[in-house]
Amino acid sequence: MIEYTEKIREIAKKLLEEGTVDAFIGYKKGSVPMMNEPVLVRDPADVDVLHWDSNCGLNLCNYLTGRTDKVGILATGCNSRNIVTHVIENQADRERLYIVGVPCTGVINHRAVKRAVKGREITEVVEEPGGERFTVKGPGYEETFEKADFLQLNCATCRHRNPVEYDELVAEEVPEQQAVQAFKDVEKIEQMEPQKKWDFFERAISSCIRCYACRNACPLCYCPTCFVDESKPQWVGKSIDPADTMTFHFLRAYHCAGRCTDCGACERACPVGIPVRQFTKKLNKDCIELFDWEAGLSLDSRPPLDVYRKEDPNDFIR
Amino acid sequence: MSAKIFSKDEWAGVLEGLKDAYEVYVPVKEGDFHNFRPLKEGTRPSFEFQNTRMSPKFLTEPQSERMFEYTLDKNQPDAHILKEDEKEIPPRAVVGIRPCDAFAFQLVKRNFDTPRYKDPYWLKRYEATTFVGLGCNDPCETCFCASAGSGPFDRKGLDVLLYDLGDAYLAQPLTDKGEALLEKTDGGKEADEASWKKAQGLTRQVAGKGSRRVSTDKLREKDVNALYEAPFWEDVAFSCINCGTCTFLCPTCWCFDIQDEVQMLPMVGDRMRNWDSCMFPLFTLHGSGHNPRSSKTERVRQRFMHKLKYYVDKYDDGIQCVGCGRCVQFCPVNIDIREIAEKMNAL
Ligand code: SF4
Ligand code: SF4
Ligand code: SF4
Ligand code: SF4
Repeated sequence: MIEYTEKIREIAKKLLEEGTVDAFIGYKKGSVPMMNEPVLVRDPADVDVLHWDSNCGLNLCNYLTGRTDKVGILATGCNSRNIVTHVIENQADRERLYIVGVPCTGVINHRAVKRAVKGREITEVVEEPGGERFTVKGPGYEETFEKADFLQLNCATCRHRNPVEYDELVAEEVPEQQAVQAFKDVEKIEQMEPQKKWDFFERAISSCIRCYACRNACPLCYCPTCFVDESKPQWVGKSIDPADTMTFHFLRAYHCAGRCTDCGACERACPVGIPVRQFTKKLNKDCIELFDWEAGLSLDSRPPLDVYRKEDPNDFIR
Repeated sequence: MSAKIFSKDEWAGVLEGLKDAYEVYVPVKEGDFHNFRPLKEGTRPSFEFQNTRMSPKFLTEPQSERMFEYTLDKNQPDAHILKEDEKEIPPRAVVGIRPCDAFAFQLVKRNFDTPRYKDPYWLKRYEATTFVGLGCNDPCETCFCASAGSGPFDRKGLDVLLYDLGDAYLAQPLTDKGEALLEKTDGGKEADEASWKKAQGLTRQVAGKGSRRVSTDKLREKDVNALYEAPFWEDVAFSCINCGTCTFLCPTCWCFDIQDEVQMLPMVGDRMRNWDSCMFPLFTLHGSGHNPRSSKTERVRQRFMHKLKYYVDKYDDGIQCVGCGRCVQFCPVNIDIREIAEKMNAL
């Protein structure tokens, strides 16, 4: 996807010069391998900082909350769905957005790469044009990998690689992945005995440090005061008591029900590698099964938890 | 007492032996990374690491600790009386701590051990701890310890320094505490000339590779208000998601918050002290609801101004950072303190 870079700069320059937008949100190449930094460009002279490759992992929709200017923004499939969700939830005004769609072939799982080179130092990761392979360089070694084997877990099962809402695309659409089994991991947990399930989640969060990077990396978590930060009443204790940590994770997942696009920003951001998506994914699956709903696919339909439809499967409300 | 040499074959036994006299903390591999954990039955120490994911600051400042407990039940004679939590801190040894992280305790000490205020919990733990460092043969790309007052074989804050010679560790005592620890070890031999040569060669070789330089030399002379008003803060802060990863992982971030956790039936409560972070919305939030650092930009500025200016001015002895590189490596949006330091230094 590295070849998108030129086109992105060109589009951003045009938009800024013509005054279509006041600012443009994209990524710049990071100072650390496999970590690009979200950036805001205001001056058309600065568009050359913009960069695109398979390490643009933090969901840019985060940066739209509360903006009142006209902005251009890059959007992959999942990011575009979060933008749609933002618009539906009145966190962004479609009229003020210029969405530059990025057909996406997935983000590289930096942890898996680190594992594959057995924890050795990585000084550079070079992507081939076309993006099928990338080469990892470090002191005294160089190894080339197939990107398809190193996708972030959410990207590996993604069914919406192409943006669903955009004003312009940087390139032709990419083929959607066929026959992905998106919920195999969730099914495995569903089949567990209750006690095993509990053990699974307890183990999963055992090293959580309650930094809330997962929450803050998530564009859905825009509440001015998160329930974990409230003190009157104090819904959750603030120490690292496992019961409080579990409460945080379960409650956050429910707050994201019917809204989560499985962009993977939460899991990518976690400093200690907690599989946070295991919480939200179950609810994504439920939304598909109960309401035939996937978040952010259209500006014209309301999310399942704020509409009533006669076809809804549960009868308790009828 | 002179330096000792331990073969790697006997190393596990040496650590085990220390358990008689100390609570021993060792690096343990947990999934993709290492962390310091107490050496217990079944713990498998692993010294194949660059640095631990979490810094060892928890040794003196646990993420959460109970300071007092109390009951609110009016029928109890001691209702509403705070009772201090008993803290038994046995002698402990942390083995394998990197020099940057050991130096960090010296920076943090300035905050917890001042002529006016002494933090009893922090100090008790600090005094009970013997720091056995492990020199860095292979510093990370993201480290800049040599620009932050430390270095791959720096001795500040250490009681013993270990050199990894490949098939053995050379253990050099640096303080009385360190000597006492070495005296309690089983096995090992007195270090010979050849091992010393090897250790010195190693030090030279690593120093020769040179770690990244970060300029901080002009920070002291800068006008604090000019830095505070610098035009770059908004750009620097743009990508920050205020997640607090940088400060939670940082060995030199010392902020804490005190919170009461009360439960019903029975009505009892704990007064807890937890890590805090200037990245969080509750940080410096006043009772009135006002927060002098209410925006993201103000929070990000606080972090860098504290580390690279306020601290520098207050103690006139370097920056509040030891260059471990954790925040550089694990910030999810790649905010890099090395670049910010350069910006501030060049203003
Ligand atoms: S980012 Fe990770 S460590 Fe931090 S709160 Fe979320 S799951 Fe816990
Ligand atoms: S880790 Fe990065 S994004 Fe998170 S608070 Fe620190 S600087 Fe901001
Ligand atoms: S500021 Fe960053 S580099 Fe410096 S000591 Fe803290 S975590 Fe390490
Ligand atoms: S940088 Fe922030 S969290 Fe760290 S010590 Fe300073 S004020 Fe506290």
